[in-house]
Amino acid sequence: MRAAVIVFPGSNCDRDVFVTLQQTPGVEPFYVWHKQADFDKADLMVLPGGFSFGDYLRCGAMAAQSPVMKEVVKRARAGVPTVGICNGFQVLCEAGLLPGVLMRNANLKFVCRDVHLRVENPQTVFTSRYEGGQVIRIPVAHHDGNYFIEKEGLKALEDRGQIAFRYVTPAGAATPEANPNGSLADIAGVFNAEKTVLGLMPHPERLSDAALGGTDGKALFESLAGALS
Amino acid sequence: MKARVFVTLKPGVLDPQGKAIEHALGSLGFSGVEEVRQGKLIELDLTESDPAKAESEIKAMCEKLLANTVIENYRIELEG
Repeated sequence: MRAAVIVFPGSNCDRDVFVTLQQTPGVEPFYVWHKQADFDKADLMVLPGGFSFGDYLRCGAMAAQSPVMKEVVKRARAGVPTVGICNGFQVLCEAGLLPGVLMRNANLKFVCRDVHLRVENPQTVFTSRYEGGQVIRIPVAHHDGNYFIEKEGLKALEDRGQIAFRYVTPAGAATPEANPNGSLADIAGVFNAEKTVLGLMPHPERLSDAALGGTDGKALFESLAGALS
Repeated sequence: MKARVFVTLKPGVLDPQGKAIEHALGSLGFSGVEEVRQGKLIELDLTESDPAKAESEIKAMCEKLLANTVIENYRIELEG
């Protein structure tokens, strides 16, 4: 299975996610520069973390208007699985592929640490190698990860199983202390209604190799490799 | 024609930056501030001279890029 890693000026996790994909059996990643209006066939599209366009105007707003995004949106709407990590999540929201928006962290601080996440829906191509309710440890590193959506939107997310991950304590409890950024309903990641697009603030690619201190992120890439190969 | 676009958070959307400014003003001794909401001011210099056309063009800019209408409102001001 071939995975397109979309690179914007200011992306800085593109190589990490590329290497992680490369180390996942059955996955062959390739880079796509944001100016490319078209690119090779891909079974998966990955929007990496970073600070595309310096976070000017709003995080992800400029990247969402990049030439490559017309094609990404077209393919994602046609059902090609797409995952946005951190800044990639912000870009997917700005591009209208995911509902809601990522606002400035409630405490106004850049947060960079490991958090615990509860897997809310394991029945997707992204999460099938996790158990429902499983608690995993993944790092976050962001200034704007405070997820917001209006009331009806939140209800729709909950009703349709679109919440992918929630911030929780190591024991799996959702508490204000476990939430690093003030996200509504402790949301760390969401799917689109069809569960073919995932956006998440934590960085699974940063804990996908034992040499990095953990492998809890690995199952996400293995889920995709299993489902799409 | 010059125009100004004010982008502000919708009522009810938490504004942590506004809150921080509010607290800072309080600690500076400005005790009469009940609430602070912050936003963006974007100044545009347009070749268009027809106000109605300029306004509809700016509206499209706001919907497409300048504002995220999930959380933000915008207001357009045209200057002569």
